[in-house]
Amino acid sequence: MKLLVCITKTPETTAKIAFTDGDSKFDESGVQFIMNPYDEWYALVRALELKEQHGGTVTAINVGPAANDVVIRKALAIGADDAVRIDTEALSSSQVAANIAAHAKDKGYDVIFTGKESIDYNGSEVGGMVAEHLGLPYVSYASHMDHNGSTATVSRDIEGGVEVVDVAGSFVLSASKGLAEQRIPNMRGIMMAKRKPLNVEPATVTESKVSVVSYTLPPAKSGVKMIDPENMDELVRLLHEEAKVI
Amino acid sequence: MSVLVLAESPNGQFKKAAYEAVHYGHETAKSLGGECIALVIGACADPGALGSYGASKVIHVANYTGGADALAYTSIIGQVAGQVGAKAVVVNHSSTGKSIAGRLGVKLDAGVVSQVNSVPVAEDGGITVTKPVFSGKAFAKCKIAGDKCVLSLMGNALPIAEIGSPCPVEAASIEAPASSVTVKERKTVDGEVPLPEAELVVSAGRGMKGPENWGIIDDLAKTIGATTACSRPVADTGWRPHHEHVGQTGVAIRPNLYIAAGISGAIQHLAGVNSSKCIVVINKDPEAPFFKAADYGVCADLFDVVPRLTEAFKKMKDA
Repeated sequence: MKLLVCITKTPETTAKIAFTDGDSKFDESGVQFIMNPYDEWYALVRALELKEQHGGTVTAINVGPAANDVVIRKALAIGADDAVRIDTEALSSSQVAANIAAHAKDKGYDVIFTGKESIDYNGSEVGGMVAEHLGLPYVSYASHMDHNGSTATVSRDIEGGVEVVDVAGSFVLSASKGLAEQRIPNMRGIMMAKRKPLNVEPATVTESKVSVVSYTLPPAKSGVKMIDPENMDELVRLLHEEAKVI
Repeated sequence: MSVLVLAESPNGQFKKAAYEAVHYGHETAKSLGGECIALVIGACADPGALGSYGASKVIHVANYTGGADALAYTSIIGQVAGQVGAKAVVVNHSSTGKSIAGRLGVKLDAGVVSQVNSVPVAEDGGITVTKPVFSGKAFAKCKIAGDKCVLSLMGNALPIAEIGSPCPVEAASIEAPASSVTVKERKTVDGEVPLPEAELVVSAGRGMKGPENWGIIDDLAKTIGATTACSRPVADTGWRPHHEHVGQTGVAIRPNLYIAAGISGAIQHLAGVNSSKCIVVINKDPEAPFFKAADYGVCADLFDVVPRLTEAFKKMKDA
């Protein structure tokens, strides 16, 4: 099978969220960057499992500057065969998706994987956009997938449960928790990753329809009001009269 | 110029999400100009009901009987958007809406902003709208260049109101391309409000000590009509079903009231719930980080407090 995994770089989950340049840019100082967990833990690992089962290749793709190579090398260390970086500073998911689609167009990938969302912009947009560019079906929020080489059976997370679908032929899949188990790269993988091909390709789409004008932090909580555990009537009264939520 | 809203009707019925989307479409039309047209795909008992929430007309594509497949839906919505000259298309930020928004943006050559929580405004030669980013830890004001946009609306973001009366329904027959995706089955919990739509949520974590103790959480939830949720370790160990997991890697929610019992409040959990309007934390550890994010806190053993809280709610309801 020919498998493509879209990976992106995000701040790690406990990173301090602050802004700079008049609140127009994310403040990267002191922030550690990681591979987006949905891409790494679920999408990439499930792709590797399919390759182990059916044979084939796993290619990782990232749209971004040379600074992203660290994250791409990690995908190679975990087990991807080769990688592509589309060299542009992407401003929006539409720009990312258009570039991935341009790369994938004539490659004949059986499954194109994305994470269900990136943990920074939480857009959940790239998978659907790539699918539309390529005219492929899009199966989102997959928490389980079996693939027999030509047809896949996928469980998707939906509101309050799951939906099980069959999909024939090539498709785009977004991975949610449960699709696979995280793999930690071992020393051999890390050494091999240095010699695996990481091809840098020029961007075909450099303009963006959407941009961020400014960021704001949520208003600070005014402080917790502690309630006497013996007096739950008081808590109910406050929820009713003060917070007015019940 | 018009605003086209996809009103989802799972099993032929509208849920709150559909009314929210239509009402948001109505507000968007007021802001950007034009009328709000609702689109219903597949079987639906009473499409005209959407008029009460601000639709001036409903286009009902009843001939499509397949599942909510992203490719087919995008084709249908794209065709209708072209027919009515839609400048903005609104969907819910739901498993269906999220799957469509990106596709539709490509198809219509429109800017996409997902999970919006404000009404879009035309300014500086574009459209601006806000959305949460960094898993709810911040908000971004986004600018869409041009005059066409696709927006997916975050649940519980804006209040809804019945503002009008039922509206005319126009039946339309639209062909969708055959899909290679077939739905085999849907397994959902019946009779419970899905978490992303829930206004009241009762959630519990490892402090419960085991799945056999969940009765007190169910009792509390039932008493106030809340949906139950849980923390990640609880879902990972199989104490509770996966779809109940709220947090950064689970479902992100925004209820009016979030009651958390026996959850310490790791940053990844907070990311999924910190947009809740009111947070009540019950934990016997005074150092639990969740207290810092709470509006009300009760520092005591949850096995004493939760049943007492349930009784207090019952008393209030009976009063």
